[in-house]
Amino acid sequence: MSSTNMQYNDSLLRFMTCGSVDDGKSTLIGRLLFDTKTILADTLTQITKTSKKRGMEAVDLSLLTDGLQAEREQGITIDVAYRYFSTGTRKYIIADAPGHEQYTRNMVTAASTANLAIILIDARKGVLTQTRRHSYLAHLVGIQHIVVAVNKMDLMNYDEANFNKICADYLAFAKEIGLAQARDIRFIPMSALNGDMLVDRLENMPWYKGETLLEMLEDAPAADEEQNAEFRFPVQFVCRPHASADADLHDFRGFMGRVESGDIAVGDAVTVLPNGYQSKVKAIQIGDDQLQSAQTEQSVTILLEDEIDTSRGDMIVKTGSKIEPVKQIEAHVCWLSETPLSSARTYIIRHTTRESKAKVGAISYKIDVNTLEQQSATELKMNDIARISFKLAQPLMVDSYMQNRAIGAFIVIDESTNNTVGAGMIV
Amino acid sequence: MLNKKQPLSHLDWLEAEAIHILREVAGQCSNPVLLFSGGKDSLCILRLAEKAFRPGKFPFPLMHIDTGHNYQEVIDFRDQRAAELGERLIVRNVEDSMKRGTVVLKSPDEPRNKHQSVTLLEAIEEFGFDCCIGGARRDEEKARAKERIMSFRDEFGQWDPKNQRPELWNLYNARSHKGENIRAFPISNWTEMDVWQYIERENLALPSIYFAHQRGIIMRGGAMMPANVKLADGEVINQPKAGEEVINMRVRFRTVGDITCTAPVLSDADNVSKIVLETATTTITERGATRLDDQTSDASMEQRKKEGYF
Ligand SMILES: Nc1nc2c(ncn2[C@@H]2O[C@H](COP(=O)(O)OP(=O)(O)O)[C@@H](O)[C@H]2O)c(=O)[nH]1
Repeated sequence: MSSTNMQYNDSLLRFMTCGSVDDGKSTLIGRLLFDTKTILADTLTQITKTSKKRGMEAVDLSLLTDGLQAEREQGITIDVAYRYFSTGTRKYIIADAPGHEQYTRNMVTAASTANLAIILIDARKGVLTQTRRHSYLAHLVGIQHIVVAVNKMDLMNYDEANFNKICADYLAFAKEIGLAQARDIRFIPMSALNGDMLVDRLENMPWYKGETLLEMLEDAPAADEEQNAEFRFPVQFVCRPHASADADLHDFRGFMGRVESGDIAVGDAVTVLPNGYQSKVKAIQIGDDQLQSAQTEQSVTILLEDEIDTSRGDMIVKTGSKIEPVKQIEAHVCWLSETPLSSARTYIIRHTTRESKAKVGAISYKIDVNTLEQQSATELKMNDIARISFKLAQPLMVDSYMQNRAIGAFIVIDESTNNTVGAGMIV
Repeated sequence: MLNKKQPLSHLDWLEAEAIHILREVAGQCSNPVLLFSGGKDSLCILRLAEKAFRPGKFPFPLMHIDTGHNYQEVIDFRDQRAAELGERLIVRNVEDSMKRGTVVLKSPDEPRNKHQSVTLLEAIEEFGFDCCIGGARRDEEKARAKERIMSFRDEFGQWDPKNQRPELWNLYNARSHKGENIRAFPISNWTEMDVWQYIERENLALPSIYFAHQRGIIMRGGAMMPANVKLADGEVINQPKAGEEVINMRVRFRTVGDITCTAPVLSDADNVSKIVLETATTTITERGATRLDDQTSDASMEQRKKEGYF
């Protein structure tokens, strides 16, 4: 069977929601799930019961997205949660990150896989410090599409002038940080509580002629659609079934991995890094299916014309592509761990399918995510973001994060606990 | 301006992501195992593993933790599938843990699903597995919405929601110390609908009880229970108690697991396309409908996860 089937040829969009506590994030997600009929009867019964128990009259849609017991008790969300819904034409994965100041790391985590961010603003409050923080982080983590959702319009009599003022304020700030120039920004007035302009337009804002939120989501390109970087194929696993009973397989050598960017076709000239061996693509397959070419985000097996010694951690690129092994990197790093970064220690950096030991070279500056000021720093605590250089024991093949998210990203691992303690974006 | 390309369809994208996760497990872990029950989710994972590793053998064995209360059709199907694939299947039984005294039932007809975790931990120790690949999905239950794709378990198999590793991009961290364990969930991002669409697209064979069939049912505690189910050893379970009536109905199962706690739903869907249609119009979540053991409390799944159940 072919790997693309027309019947289900609908794409997938990953997006995130950001807002401060009480801006209406949970209500917005609940409303999207509810109005696209993703919420099923038993779940609805359960939240209706809980709403009553808490003395509420209407069903509280925000309960839908409430996760773990501990958080339910504290009444706040402390970790990234993933939700799903689909329309006839698209499947959506929502990363729902809490907006608290202490939770920069959650926002960065949620943003890392998103191609669109909904930034919520309370229509009564306008652009706040946290709006700036969320926008800066979305920008830093490379989210291409920003939807600024001015929520709770019902509490401002659905007033157009108020909406326009908030949009103007936001744009001014977005220009300041370079967001407006680099990204696609849209504005939408809404009431998540009533449902205005989410899935249905309703009648309260006839002056607004733009798309509803769902229409914007339906139109936004998926990450793999607008990827324009060069071909990068980190090798995950090498298949050598030489012990197989099938004699034809004795010389089989398949390089298994995911096309992280660009595309590749049978016959293309390739180079395997870091060693620099050259060959040509003999075949591309997924399981038994033979493909003529493969595109971004496809997981495939590549066979080369020549016998080349290649293992996990190597990277196949097109011959002539500008990428070289480096032993020093500069990056923006978000610190994720309660244990601060220590310049004295050795860490492990995992980049694509490759690992290297690493030591901090220098911390150039720390960024105050509220004022966006650069400050000098000697250590990094949880939720800090800083520009750091690392010295590497093993060479890595890197692109800049702004050019290529997959090949510009890495995580920092603490050798002793094995925890993931940092997230890096190569400058 | 950026080039616009034809995006992958959602099934192709989910498939590519799952294959990537399986290969990361193979690349990062030294002794992984794939948990395989014969159920629909694990059958999808087997197909994904074929796409990930053929023409090579799977870089892990398959393992089933059998409660002893499974449908014979499902057990036969499990064995047949493993044989067709030519992969090694390990079976460990909750009943052996009962004999050892590590599992103690409160009553003989108590659902055994929650005791699977003990037998699983014993098997992990016996074989020294450092990673178990499972078919759990985030859409199954609220407590799973925050589950990682590579989820960390301590030496007691416990899942501590506060001690999970942040997971960014597609850079997974499956490192563990001796005795600790990673649970890897390649189809985390799939919904029940995605699973059925994938089964349809890939033409996957399933155990017969997934399709509509006539069955004697008793109503117990507001739920439908399959009546008089004969086990491999001849024992008949779910016999009607006094006052309970066996009614013949046309039903299918949406999940297959321990007989005593997996309820069927009324259905006429006797093939996969009909199930896809029915799933699209259905009004009850998979777990809500069929897992009797989850209904005790809103947080019961979370509780069991902490105790080492998937
Ligand atoms: N009037 C009004 N209230 C809203 C709207 N959206 C959310 N709320 C209310 O604002 C409060 C906080 O919303 P919630 O979704 O829990 O915010 P979160 O903390 O961002 O997830 C709740 O009482 C909601 O009912 C809206 O559009 N209009």
